[in-house]
Amino acid sequence: MAAGTALDAMAMTTADDAAAQEFARVVEKHRPQIFRFLLSSTRDVDLAETLTQECFLKAHRNWGSFRGDSSAMTWLMRIAINLQKDHWRNRRMQFWRTTRTNSVDLDEASEWLPSGEGSAEQHLLARERVAEVWAAVKGLSERQRTVFLLRYVEEQELSEIAAATGLSEGTVKAHLSRAVARVRLELGGKR
Amino acid sequence: MNEMNTENDAAQTANTQAGFENEPVIDAELQQALASFKASMHAWSEAAYSRPRTVAPTVRQRGWRLAAGWALGCVLVAGSVSGGLVEQHHRVEAKRMATEQRAAEHERQLREQEAQAKASDPGVTDEVLLAGVDSDVSRQVPSAMEPLAQMMQDDEVK
Repeated sequence: MAAGTALDAMAMTTADDAAAQEFARVVEKHRPQIFRFLLSSTRDVDLAETLTQECFLKAHRNWGSFRGDSSAMTWLMRIAINLQKDHWRNRRMQFWRTTRTNSVDLDEASEWLPSGEGSAEQHLLARERVAEVWAAVKGLSERQRTVFLLRYVEEQELSEIAAATGLSEGTVKAHLSRAVARVRLELGGKR
Repeated sequence: MNEMNTENDAAQTANTQAGFENEPVIDAELQQALASFKASMHAWSEAAYSRPRTVAPTVRQRGWRLAAGWALGCVLVAGSVSGGLVEQHHRVEAKRMATEQRAAEHERQLREQEAQAKASDPGVTDEVLLAGVDSDVSRQVPSAMEPLAQMMQDDEVK
């Protein structure tokens, strides 16, 4: 009986270790992507880092209840989206606090381009285009922005976006369509 | 009309090539803009993700703030305690002085009253006072002693 209990305890420890290792792998694999999504949503590096930490902390606490119905990435993205929503909601509620934000402005956000962008003229043109897309993204609703960023920055499938946001695929498509129309309008308006 | 169809077809082909089929039609220009946006976002995120973290200065600064907070707190507590003690001492001293003043004043008033009483009754002399005492002390001779008193008078006559 005692030997059985000891074996059970050892088996549990082994299972816990395996789960911890599995979670560590998930963090290593998906952390940059979660951070990127939060950065593009907030344009605030410190806030994106904080929310990424919170996201993985929450994921760690609930790792046992993750059944694997969706991919780990979709599950993590869902947590990240909810955290981001909560953050903005709390910020709106705390109206007596200073509303100073560390979000960088659109020009600064547009400065980032991969180094191999061709000639100086092409680089300038690309930068201008990025600034226009940022301007359009800024004017989108929260849902439209989330759907747009998940599709065109994270390159997720519509079904994955639907699973992460808790919306139907039709609704995701409608939000995406409006977001694209807005970006097109912004790009066309400057020509 | 044919031109529009050709344009839509081209856009749809571009969508398919970019993996955006089954979605809003995206023309080449928009696609280019979206590609630049994605590349920009990836570059920014990569740079921000791998930037050196400045944890130590923050901790040190927090340590200094904590120490300064404690020092200020201690100074405030010590100040309020010593201030309270000084105030208490002042109050006790003031109370004692007031009591002494009141006692001295009372004594002075008594002395004044006494002097006034003496000054307001100057006619009472020593003779008058002695006569008063005699009259208070003297008694009439009781009737049972009457014969003895007469005998004494008779002896004096003889």
